[in-house]
Amino acid sequence: MDLENQKRVKDFTEQYGAENICVLLGAAEGEGASLAAETVSAGDPTYAGPLTGVSLGLRAYHVCEPEIKVEFDEGVYDDQVSMMEMVLDVDDIVSEMSSIREQYCKY
Amino acid sequence: MKSVIKGAGYILVHTPDMVLHNGTTQTTERIVNPDGEYLKELPSHIRTYEQALNYYPNQVYIGNLTPDDLAAVPQPWYDKDCPVKERKGPFGEILPQEEFLLLMQACDVFDLVKLEKGFVAATKEAFAANDIIDETIVARVKEGVELAEIEKHVNEEHAEGLYINGALVGCVKAAHDIDTNLSSHVMHENIVSKASSVLALLYAVRNAGIDKNDVEYVIDCAEEACGDMNQRGGGNFAKSAAEIAGLMNASGSDARGFCAAPAHAMIEAASLVAAGSYKCVVVTAGGCTAKLGMNAKDHVKKGMPALEDMIGGFAVVVTQDDGVSPEVALDMLGRHTVGTGAAPQSVITSLVTDPLDRNGLKVTDVDKFSPEMQNPDITKPAGAGDVPLANYKMIGALAVKRGDIDKKDLLDFVAKHGLTGWAPTQGHIPSGVPYIGFARNDIMAGKINRVMIIGKGSLFLGRMTNLFDGVSFIIQANTGAEQEKGVSEEEVKGMIAKAMKEFAATLLAQAE
Repeated sequence: MDLENQKRVKDFTEQYGAENICVLLGAAEGEGASLAAETVSAGDPTYAGPLTGVSLGLRAYHVCEPEIKVEFDEGVYDDQVSMMEMVLDVDDIVSEMSSIREQYCKY
Repeated sequence: MKSVIKGAGYILVHTPDMVLHNGTTQTTERIVNPDGEYLKELPSHIRTYEQALNYYPNQVYIGNLTPDDLAAVPQPWYDKDCPVKERKGPFGEILPQEEFLLLMQACDVFDLVKLEKGFVAATKEAFAANDIIDETIVARVKEGVELAEIEKHVNEEHAEGLYINGALVGCVKAAHDIDTNLSSHVMHENIVSKASSVLALLYAVRNAGIDKNDVEYVIDCAEEACGDMNQRGGGNFAKSAAEIAGLMNASGSDARGFCAAPAHAMIEAASLVAAGSYKCVVVTAGGCTAKLGMNAKDHVKKGMPALEDMIGGFAVVVTQDDGVSPEVALDMLGRHTVGTGAAPQSVITSLVTDPLDRNGLKVTDVDKFSPEMQNPDITKPAGAGDVPLANYKMIGALAVKRGDIDKKDLLDFVAKHGLTGWAPTQGHIPSGVPYIGFARNDIMAGKINRVMIIGKGSLFLGRMTNLFDGVSFIIQANTGAEQEKGVSEEEVKGMIAKAMKEFAATLLAQAE
């Protein structure tokens, strides 16, 4: 995850409290999505950014996961996400994201 | 007036020592983890010049092989023997580092590039023997200085070292003692960009079959900035490169827009020509030292060669209609606007389907799309996936949503309307434009009729806006000589009669 984004997530968490934060991802692959999810829950696995050794335990979802999809207005989702939904390996993303949440999410 | 693609030049420079000394992944690592394993391990992953020649994507970039040839070779490519290992190709060449250092000095007009005497003596003959390098450029190379002088500049004055196989052979001095915008680091980066742009310009002009004096304007669309502390991005790379390339009748300016800049610049060039402002405009860009070895950590970890050892450059000549060259369809531009939004779907809609819709065309009416043409051999091991393929899937998915194709034909669409990426990950260099040379050849050979070039840029990197950016344009077969827009004798008579009638009416009105 981009170092600047790690810093922003860390700052928001300090400002609003970890229990009030949900990180919404749009990565193109399960592996990339789970890396970002791991960064904001367990800490930066690349040991490069501000979240190195910081386990925020945040909730993280990919925008194509069913829990998130139901939150959207259908028309908006169709306009903004449905094309990518067709392109992405959603099953892989769901399995990767669920695995990270089960391991590291505290909320 | 129509504007046409008259020719293009594509060049690469093999710069293994600059990977180690100037790539930001390496310079950052040297600061944060100087004794780490990575920096120790990297030198054993550096390719020789011969290995760089023996690499499919590089041979495609200079036109010795086509994207179709590349698509037929199973990935990865770095471990394959390439049937062509030529230095020169129909679009340009792969310049070795030694000769490039001499070209850098030829491009330096402020006596900042110092080269060691013995190195110059050993390299100058080969440099001068290159038929694209004319005598005015060769004459700019100086005799050279003693190694002790270079060592003094590097060790005591923060000059940026120039190395061949790890040995110091020269340096780029700072152009100012205090001004960070003229530091040796910045001057090195800018002179590399300028020199690679010059080489691309030389090939583009030659390939277009025009006279150097025909070029009236040059637009540089690289990603560097030149200027001093009072005007950091003042410019003008375009004119400075045109000077060395000998384009004596050209003026020029720089266009910037991250990776989208080449597509912006092409539209600007085509529009300037179409408007009649200039008859011949060349769009050019040199390469970027900062991005050398950008993903080398992953390449090293996976036991691969550090493939990002090539500086890239390209130039495209746009002229008035010649009746045969492919034309830029300026009535079919795609544009990501401030209001478009950043969702991939909105981006692809604005760049791909909006311009087609305005002209009653389907996605399948475009034979080939050229979005970000990054070489997947480089990006896949780094976890960034196959960038062109991801783009084609998105375009295809949008075509499905619109009913232009059936969902079951999505993969066929990708194979038929897509290309396999071959360009080095030099930011603006892979962005749409690497295909223009092939597109011109294939359109003129009648193999295809219409291609779309798509440039996309991540503006957030400059921290001025979070907006995404992109533009697209279509190149299509020449639709034939334009109809002369004249007036017939009959029409002239009619116009005179009408004018006289009105004049008479005015006189009558005044008399009353």
